[in-house]
Parts: sequence; structure tokens; C-alpha cells
Amino acid sequence: HYPIGLLFDLHASNTALPWSITVHFKNFPEKDLLHCHSKDVIEAHFMACIKEADALKHKSQVINEMQKKDHKQLWMGLQNDKFEQFWAINRKLMEYPPEDNGFRYIPFRIYQATTERPFIQKLFRPIASGGELHTLGDLLKDVCPGAIVPEDGEQKTQVMIHGIEPMLETPIQWLSEHMSYPDNFLHISIIPRPTD
Amino acid sequence: MAMPSSLLWAVDIFGRVYTLSTVGQYWELCKDTQLEFKRVSAVKQCCWGIACDHQVYTYVFSGDVPIRYQEETYENQRWNPVGGFCEKLLPSDRWQWSDVSGLKHQQLDSFTLPSPHWEWESDWYVDENIGGEPTEKGGWTYAIDFPSTYTKDKRWNSCVRRRRWIRYRRYKSRDVWAKIVSSDDPEQLPDPFNDISIGGWEITDEPLGRLSVWAVSLQGRVWYRENVCHHNPEGSTWSLITTPGEVVQISCGPYDLLWATLWEGQAIVREGIDRNNPQGISWSIVESPSSENGIMHVSVGVDVVWCVTKDRKVWFRRGVNSHNPCGTSWIEMVGEMMMVTVGLNNQVWGIGCDDRAIYFRQGVTPSELSGKTWKAIVSGRESDRSQTGSSTSLLSAGCFFTDDIQNQTNAIIQGDADTSSDTELSSVPVNPASTPLMGAAASSSGNSTDSQTAEIPANPSLDPLDSDQGEATVASATNEKANLEVHKSSANPNPSAELQWTNIDLKEAQKHPVLSVSTFADTSSLSSLGVFSVGADDQYGTDEHPLWAWVSGGGCLVDLHSPLKWFTASSGLSSSVQSLSLSITPAQTAAWRKQIFQQLSERTKRELENFRHYEQAIEQSVWVKTGALQWWRNWKPHKWMDVRVALEQFTGSDGMRDSILFIYYMYHEEKKYIHVFLNEVTIIVEVLNEAKHSFALYTPERTKQRWPIRLAATTEQEMHDWLSLLNMSCCESRRIQGPPSHHAIWSVTCKGDIFVSEPSPELEAGPQLMSCDQMFWRQVGGHLRLIECNSRGVVWGIGYDHTAWVYTGGYGGGFNQGLASSADNIYTQSDVKCVYIYENQRWNPVTGYSSRGLPTDRYMWSDVSDWYIDFNTSGGTDREGWQYAADFPASYHGHKTMKDFVRRRRWARKCKIVTNGPWLEVPPVTLWDISIIPSSAADDEETVALWAISDKGDVLCRLGVTQQNPAGTSWLHVGTDQPFISISIGAFYQVWAIARDGSAFYRGSVSPNKPAGDCWYHIPSPQKQKLKQVSVGRTSVFVLDTNGNLWYRQGITPSYPQGSTWDPVSNNIRKMSIGPLDQVWVIADKVQGSHSLSCGTVCHRTGVQPMEPKGLSWDYGIGGGWEHITVRGNATEASRVAVQDTSEENLAVSKDGEDEESKGKTEHFKTPLMVSESQELDRNSVNC
Repeated sequence: HYPIGLLFDLHASNTALPWSITVHFKNFPEKDLLHCHSKDVIEAHFMACIKEADALKHKSQVINEMQKKDHKQLWMGLQNDKFEQFWAINRKLMEYPPEDNGFRYIPFRIYQATTERPFIQKLFRPIASGGELHTLGDLLKDVCPGAIVPEDGEQKTQVMIHGIEPMLETPIQWLSEHMSYPDNFLHISIIPRPTD
Repeated sequence: MAMPSSLLWAVDIFGRVYTLSTVGQYWELCKDTQLEFKRVSAVKQCCWGIACDHQVYTYVFSGDVPIRYQEETYENQRWNPVGGFCEKLLPSDRWQWSDVSGLKHQQLDSFTLPSPHWEWESDWYVDENIGGEPTEKGGWTYAIDFPSTYTKDKRWNSCVRRRRWIRYRRYKSRDVWAKIVSSDDPEQLPDPFNDISIGGWEITDEPLGRLSVWAVSLQGRVWYRENVCHHNPEGSTWSLITTPGEVVQISCGPYDLLWATLWEGQAIVREGIDRNNPQGISWSIVESPSSENGIMHVSVGVDVVWCVTKDRKVWFRRGVNSHNPCGTSWIEMVGEMMMVTVGLNNQVWGIGCDDRAIYFRQGVTPSELSGKTWKAIVSGRESDRSQTGSSTSLLSAGCFFTDDIQNQTNAIIQGDADTSSDTELSSVPVNPASTPLMGAAASSSGNSTDSQTAEIPANPSLDPLDSDQGEATVASATNEKANLEVHKSSANPNPSAELQWTNIDLKEAQKHPVLSVSTFADTSSLSSLGVFSVGADDQYGTDEHPLWAWVSGGGCLVDLHSPLKWFTASSGLSSSVQSLSLSITPAQTAAWRKQIFQQLSERTKRELENFRHYEQAIEQSVWVKTGALQWWRNWKPHKWMDVRVALEQFTGSDGMRDSILFIYYMYHEEKKYIHVFLNEVTIIVEVLNEAKHSFALYTPERTKQRWPIRLAATTEQEMHDWLSLLNMSCCESRRIQGPPSHHAIWSVTCKGDIFVSEPSPELEAGPQLMSCDQMFWRQVGGHLRLIECNSRGVVWGIGYDHTAWVYTGGYGGGFNQGLASSADNIYTQSDVKCVYIYENQRWNPVTGYSSRGLPTDRYMWSDVSDWYIDFNTSGGTDREGWQYAADFPASYHGHKTMKDFVRRRRWARKCKIVTNGPWLEVPPVTLWDISIIPSSAADDEETVALWAISDKGDVLCRLGVTQQNPAGTSWLHVGTDQPFISISIGAFYQVWAIARDGSAFYRGSVSPNKPAGDCWYHIPSPQKQKLKQVSVGRTSVFVLDTNGNLWYRQGITPSYPQGSTWDPVSNNIRKMSIGPLDQVWVIADKVQGSHSLSCGTVCHRTGVQPMEPKGLSWDYGIGGGWEHITVRGNATEASRVAVQDTSEENLAVSKDGEDEESKGKTEHFKTPLMVSESQELDRNSVNC
């Protein structure tokens, strides 16, 4: 149930392109994966993700104020690969009151290629109590200290979002607004750094 | 581009008049400050007020269009066998000088200016135009005897003659308070005035520009000012209106609502106000909301009434409408006010009881007329700001720094003196008293050395205070802290100063550059910083806020979308706070941001660009939208039937989308379908229908048949969803996206919908001429009556309410969603239109009334007014609006005769539409017609000639129109002897116009250097025809008469641009547009197709060649229901035609004018033309 870009980041970041994919047409792993039998189920799953993200960002206020057709437009925009159509609505989900300086919590998920745990998801505010902006580094330090390089140590991991490694100084609020997936989550992959 | 703005007027307790713009942030002092005022009442175009001398004044805004009035008188003569026509008349004749009827003696010198506010434009002159035809020299018209019909030709039996003299006077007192001088009998003059209110300019169907002016005198009597209108801004006399009691105050709304308050505390409401009776007929009494406290003040809007009772409580009247001006009951509102004022759009302002601040009622909407909360307007006054402003400018000169530094070494000694003066300052914050001090400081700084001044630019990155601190430290050779300590002790006598110092530490002080600015402006000592910042605070605090006595919102238009800047104080404080909030340094931003963009572009390269040669793996998907609609079936009897509709979209292997629309229907129990390929559809257009939300699909074939596929949806929303999707699919399949090109052809339907088509080069020339039913039209948002454009992308439109709009360069809007609409340049647009219905009656018995639904019964249209009788029906009406005829249907006339057995009257209803589109309003002059020069030299910076006719008939020339600023800057008024209705400017600045009497005029000597030209030449109309439209292309001039005949002007040469004769071209024409290639396009009245007849059809004249400018035949395009087309942007074929032209036109020239002179002129014309055409060619290649 991971977005394809995330799967690429997690499992194929440092492989030679093009990426070879094996497509299975039978023996669905019913035990491991939820089987989506129709397009409607996928749509429901997608909308559930957006709603969860908005619950974190705006206490669900933005998504609940939208009309049914706006929800539909989000899905249709994604399905038909029409960015403008999608963003016309998604833009509202990326706004916040000017007095707040950011979202309530950042919807993020951290995936580690090396562990069996599905992903890490915790409550994390974009602004520190002192008013300064939290960075990607702050987030990792807080919820996934293993991904951070020790002061003197050699960097063993890579932090990937959308196939790139943003600097750890990047404000997490900015990343959430600009680097989230269509489901409004920031999917962060932590993978071992290639040794060569 | 400037947004339309309007003004809120107010009077402060000192009687000074201020205005606050809806786009401004400061109260501006009224330009004319000679007088102090008690009360003002404003509308958009003017303001009336009562000054402290109890006299009434009017303040008329200056505008681009002058206020002028035509005086006329007739000179009459009789033929006498001895001396011919002479001044000697028979005793039974009229006077030698009389009015048109001959009943009134009117000598030239009997005309005097009505008041000192008028001036004559010129001397008397003879009008040589009779009924649209030029007369012989002298302007005489002849008749057998007085009174009679006059002809311009002198006959054997012409015994009398007369001619018309005219003279214009102009109202000159604009932008000043003009005293209303009363020429009335002194006995009848009202006692001094106490209150005034103006309104009534929207009373249904009254003449445009009329205004109701009501005043209350000190003795409590009500007066009405007669004849106040646009061309008579002062009115004529005061009429006394009897009242049931002594009146203290009065309020007049924009329509027919008028309330006043009585001494006893009740309100009185005027009833019976209408077009014939703007003074109304009778009064009704409304009791005060509370028995103890009577009504003190009342203010009315369109259909709302607010009042203030003597205990300062504010009340809203429930249930007020045009049928019940008295309303039903009072509701108490929160807040205590001195007074309230209701402005345009029913918005409300009040003056607070305790603080005398002006409050704006927020949240007043049509559904919630009483609004939500009062919000104080905290705007400062321009005068306050200019003080701060001047100190800033002084500072930027650097003089105070130098002064400061020099003094700094002596700070300890000077400290005491400075502080004491500062203390005074702080107690009298920004106040004229401080100005001399500033001046003194400035003059002392004048002595400062140049070397130190020069240091300021050397440190541009540091803020002023910072740099000053640094230098001060150096100069005094102590550290900052120590320096501060010194000042602190020296400032000790003043406790407030000390307090400030403990609060402000140096770091923070550096973040208050603006504060420090005001500090330096007023003092040369550092120690004043803290002290003065208190003063700066107060400057915008309660002490200095203006105390208001009166406010008038009658000219102030605020709607939901207006962003007002009235509610934030614009002090130095706020800007320093803003600078504080910038916490991320630019350097940091750059690093992570740069890295992300760099990585993303590397990723794109790695993952995409290296695999470009791979075949796209896009699924060739089918995407379907289905729904239930109704279809106007093909076979007889024609009727709506329920159908299933499916749109299938395919994406081809080339990524192209293609779509098919299927319509499934039942025919004799059998399931059948028809289908349309959307790449064949030429237009999808909404259609007027009584009860259905319907639209039509045309293909070239269906255009020929005049029989489109008509579909209807149950709701407007559903129809718009389909329209949006189908339009998008059509555009996709034709690969059309983005804004229309500069060459686009624009057209407007009778519904006000706007369509645009990209012309193909084959449309005007080429071996295989494209027929115009092949043209693809797409809709652009907005609602307009006409559009004019040129080939440089300057596009203007005029709405049904005559508002002028300029195209913003966007696309989409209206129902278009997503990709089909641009994100920017789309604005809200509104338009007001009248729809009509006839009430028919047979003389006896009454046949009853029409009860058919409205053609515009759709929810996008909301009612502005109730039905009212329309008196402007062609043929004229009587006082009740009835027209008479012998029988239905017949031609009607406005007076009853013996033979008339039927009568009808037209009812009109104003409807308002609110939509959006790529249009911005060009206030304030409302327009009737417009013309833009088709193409001129391709220099982008060059101004574009644009001429227009105002809805009052004034000829106007727009200045400052360029490709970058298509809205231009201002109007230049071009004088005429009568109102005009149509105008057109050709490629070589040939300006032609049509006057309201149907005559044509040519404007001489118009050029880029002389944009308004010099004089009008009257061109005789075709025999017995009244003209209604003119259009000038490159060299061709065509006119259209009121009978639908199209005429071509023959014999035009460069040396004789007026031409010689009119040649008929065609009949059956409603409207036309001549393009920059001299191509001829029209809206034909009726076109017969193979299946049906269409009215209002786009037609294209084929065979138009330089030798054959009139063309050969018509090619029929989209219709019916089309009202307007403009092809004046389409110069796409310029290059090819030009090649043909040069040879053929040379022939034409040598035939037309043999003389060398005309040849030379042609050469002269041709040269710039060729240049511009080669440029056009280049632009085409860029576009394609």
C-alpha cells in the first residue's frame, strides 16, 4: 500500500535504471496485503489518508468544510493525472492561518529499509515552543535517532524524499507543504548508504 | 491596473471635510478647504453639504467628460418680393428669434449663464445639420409658412425660412464647493438649512443622471430641489414639501426610499415616489422603537432603514421593501452611536458615541442586511502621515546623523537640555507644534560637514540607528552601554523616559528603524529615542485619532470582495513589528532550497532525460462520463425526451485525446443512439429556454442545417459540469489551450456569453478558402454586450449596464474549471440587464395579461428590482406607458386615437448577473460604443488609438493605451453638436462616427501626435436612410442603416478620405465588423438553413479583394442568437494579401487618382504598412 515513488526510494534508490518490476497476476499475498478489489476501494483508501493528514494539520477542519465534489476532484485529478485539477483543491489543504506559522502537526511517515517495522508515525509540531522552525534534522533526532549520524561517525544512512536527499536543515513545515505525496503525507525513507 | 474605488465622506468636529477611499488607507482632506461644514451627503459623482454659514454647497467631481448644455434658438425670416428673405415678418408671424415652436421669444442676448459656476464654450453658431443631412451654407430650412415642416431645399413656394443657432455652456466649478445660488423670490426662500440628503438616482426608468436633493431647514420644513440632473448639477429652485410635523433630519436612498425624523420622535416615510413624481405624494408615520426615547436620526438604503434613538441606541427596521417602505418592526442592534449612514450596497457606517470614531458594519450581505459587528476605522489622516513622511525624507538626506554624531561627544552636557525639550514633545505628540522644532533641527543640520554625510551611503546595509550607534561609539570613544548609562542618568527627571530606557535594550532598538526615524527627525540627541517612542505610540493612539461629527456613505461602494485597508493603523510600529518577524536569514534559505532544486533537476535528468528514447507506456485508456439528460428529438413532433448520455475519452498513442459523445434514445421501443466526434464540434453554447437549462452542439454540418443537437440538464450546476467537460474535451482534441491569440475573433451572443475563435490563415485568403462554419469557438467567462479588439491584444468590452471592461489576458472563467481556466487574471464581473414582457389589452373587453415565465428564469440571474413599466418602448408611450394600435400585431404609437382598439405596455425587470472572467472594470465613464485602431506600427511602446462613445453620447478618445497598459490612463473629450452612437477608427487613423440623428461624420487630422484630431466633417447619409453603425478597416469604410442595409463608401483616396458616394452592398444585416485586411464580417438578421431558420448569424463576405472591396457573396457561419462580432484583431493573412495588394493596389491608385500628389500619399501610406506586416509575420511564426 505504499506509493510507488516511496517503494522506489526504499528499494531501488541506488540501483541501475530502468527499474525492473515484476508484476504478479496470481497468488495475491492475501496474508500480507489488503486486497483492493475495486477502484472504489483504492479511492476510499486514498481519501482516508488525506483525511488523516488533515486531522493532523487542521483538526480536520479544512477537509470537512469541503464539498463532496471537491473530494471527488482530488481523486479524479490524481486518477487522470491532471495536476491543476488536483492542486486547485489540494492547495486549500496546504494552507494555514497566518497567525499559526504552520500546521498543527506534520503528517509524516518514516520508513526504514532495514527493519521489519512498517513505519514510524508520531505527533510532531512544525514550530518549537520557542517559535523557531523545526527542521528535518529535528524530526529525525526526535523520532528516529538511529538515522542521524553521530557527531564524529561516518554517515551510514540516507534520508530520501522523492528521490532526493534534502538537507537536514530544511524546515519540516516547508517540506510538508512542498514535498508531500498526493495523500498529503510526507513519506521519508531511511536507507543504508551505498558503500562504494 | 487600478481597481475601481469610491469614497467615504466625513466631517470632523472642526468642520473639516475628509474622504477615505475604498482602496486607500488615509483620510484625505477635501481639496477645497475654504469652508467648514456641518453636514455632507455624498453620491458617486458629487457631494452636497451644509456649510457653517447654513448655505448649501455642491461639490462635483472633475472627470474626463465635461458637463455641457446646449442652448438653442431659431432665427426666422420671411420672403419679401423686394429684398428677398429678410428680418421683416408679418404681424401674425412669430418673432424674428424664437424657440422651436415659435411661441417663445428668444433673442441671442437673452440667454444668460444660470449661475457663476457656468461658462460659455464658444459664441453662437449656426447648426448646419438638419435631421442628419447637411444643409446649404447658412443652415436655412424652408417652408411655405410658419408653423410647418421645413425642408433643406428652397422651392418656388418657400415663403419662410428659419435656421437654428446653438451655443454650449459648460459647468466649471468642479472639484470645488459651489454655492447654490438661489434665484428664487426672496420671500419664498427657505430659512437656513440644517440637514441635507441626496439620492434617488436609481428610481426606475427615470432619466439618467437625475438626482433627488432633500433638505431640512432650521424651522423644521422640508425642501426639495427641482431639476437636479447630470447637466444641471445645481438644480433650479427649492420647493416646499408639507410635512405632518417639524422635521429635524432626512435621509434619501438610491431608489424610492425616503425617511425623515420629527421633533416629536417619530419617523415619517414618503410614499408614492416614482419616475413621474420624484417628490412623492404623501407621508406615513412610523413610531419610535421605544416610547421614552424618540428617534433622533434615520438613514435609509435600497431597502433597509437604520435609526438612532435619543438614548443613542441603534435600531434596524425589519421588513422594508418597495411595496412596504414603512417596514414592520424594529430590532435593537448592539452599540451606541451618534448617527448612522447607509451607503451603496446597503453597507452601514456609524459614529461611536464615546469615542466619536467611525465604525463600519461588517458582514452586511443581501441575506444578512443587519450585518454582524461594528469595526472601528483606524485610518490616520493624510496630514498626520505627511509629518512622519517629511521627517523620513529629512532623515534620508542624512543631515540628522551628522548632527547627532557631532553632538554626541557633548552628550553629557547637552543631555539635560535635550531631555527637557523631549519631555515636552512626548506630551504633545506629533502636533503642529513639533514642526518648527523639526525645522530648527533641519536648519542646524545644514551646517554639518559633508564628510560625515558621505558616510551614510557607505553603510547601506546597516539600518539607520545601527550605523548611528556605531559611529556614536567611535566618536565618543566609550562603549554603548556606558553611553546609555550616561543618558539614563541625565534623563532621570522624567520618569516615563526612564521607563522606556529600561524597556528598550540596544539590540531591540535596532529593530525599530522606523521609530528611530521619527526620533531623529525631531531631536538630535540619542537620549530622546525612548522618550519619543512614547510619543510615536500616542500619535496613532486615542489622543490623536480624529473626532468625527458626520459621515456619509452614499457614494461608497463596499462589497464582500473589497479588501479594505481601513482597519490597521499604518504606524511605524507595525512595520517594525513586521521586520521583527523575519527570522530566517536569506543565506540559510538559499542553502537548503538550492540543494533541493539542484537535486530535483539532477533526478529528472537521471530518471527521465536518459530514457527519452523509451516508448511511452501510457495506457490507451477509455475514460467515460455518463449521465441522464434531455434531448430535443430529431423527428416531429419535436419535443424533449429523456436520454442517456456518455462521453468517452480516448488517449491515443501520441498522447492526443479524442472523445465521442453518445446519446442513447428510444425510438418505437427500440434502443438507438447518435454520436458526435468532439473534434468535429465547432461550438457548445448555452441556449435560452423557458424552463430548461439547455445547450446546443454544432458541427459544420449542423450549422448548415441550422439544427444543432440540443441537450438539457435538470439543474444549472449539472449543465455547467457537462459544458465544462465537453468544452475541455473539444479544446483538447483540437490542441487549443491558454489565452486567445491577438488575432482571435471575438463574438457575443444575445445571452451576453463571450466566444472566441482562432482564425486560420485560410479564412481570408488562399487557394482553398475555409468556410466559416468550420470555425471552432470556445467560451470565455464574463457577460458583455459588445467586444472590440485589435491585432496587438488590446481588447475592451462593454456590459449591458454600459460598464467598460478591459481584457486581462486570462482565459476561462465562468463555468470553466481546472485546466480550462487560467489561475490569474480572472475577476468577478457583474452586469445588469433589463428583460421585458408586454402587457396587452384590448380596448373592450380586457383580454387579460400575459403570464408567461421569464426567458431568464435561471438562478444565475437575481432580481434587482421589481417589475416596472417601461416608458422607452419604440414608438413612444403615454404617461402610463401604454402604446396604442388598431389591432394586434401592428405598429404602435404613444397616444390614443379614435381608431385604436388595442393597447399594450412593456414591463421591464432589471436582472443582475454575477459571474467571473478575464475582465477588469475601467471606471468611471460608462460606454455605448468603442473602437480600437486595427493595427499600427509594431512598436510595443507606442500608444494605441482607442475611441469610444459614452452612454450619454459623448465622443471620447482614450489616452495612454499601450500593449502593456491596455486600460489606458484617461479620457479626452471630443466635442460634438449632438449625441453620437457609433464610432470606428481605421488603420490610418481615419475616424468615422454616427450621430444619434443617423448622420455620419468624419474626423479630420487624427494622428498619433494629434489623437483627437481637429474637426468633424458631416458626410451625407445614403438617401432617406438613418445610419446606426460605422466600421473602418484598413481603407474600407462601411456603414449600416436602421433598415439593415450595408453600404460601402466609394471614392476614398488618401487625399480625399471622406469619399464620394455610398454603394449598397447587402440588406439583412444587424451588425458588422471590418477588419484590418478590410475583410467584412457581419451578423445577419435571418439565415435559412436546410432544417431551420436562424436569426443573428455570423456571416463572412467572400471575394473581398482590393479591386473588389465590396466582395461577392456571403458565407454563413455560426448562429442564431449572435449579437456582435469583431474581426479587428485578425491580421493573420496580412503578409500574403499584402503581396497581392501592392500590385493590385497600384492599379487601383493609378485608376483612382492620376495626379502625382495622391500617388505620393499612397506611397507614404504603404511604407509603414509593409513594415508592420513583416513584423506581423514574425509574430505569427513565434505563435505557431
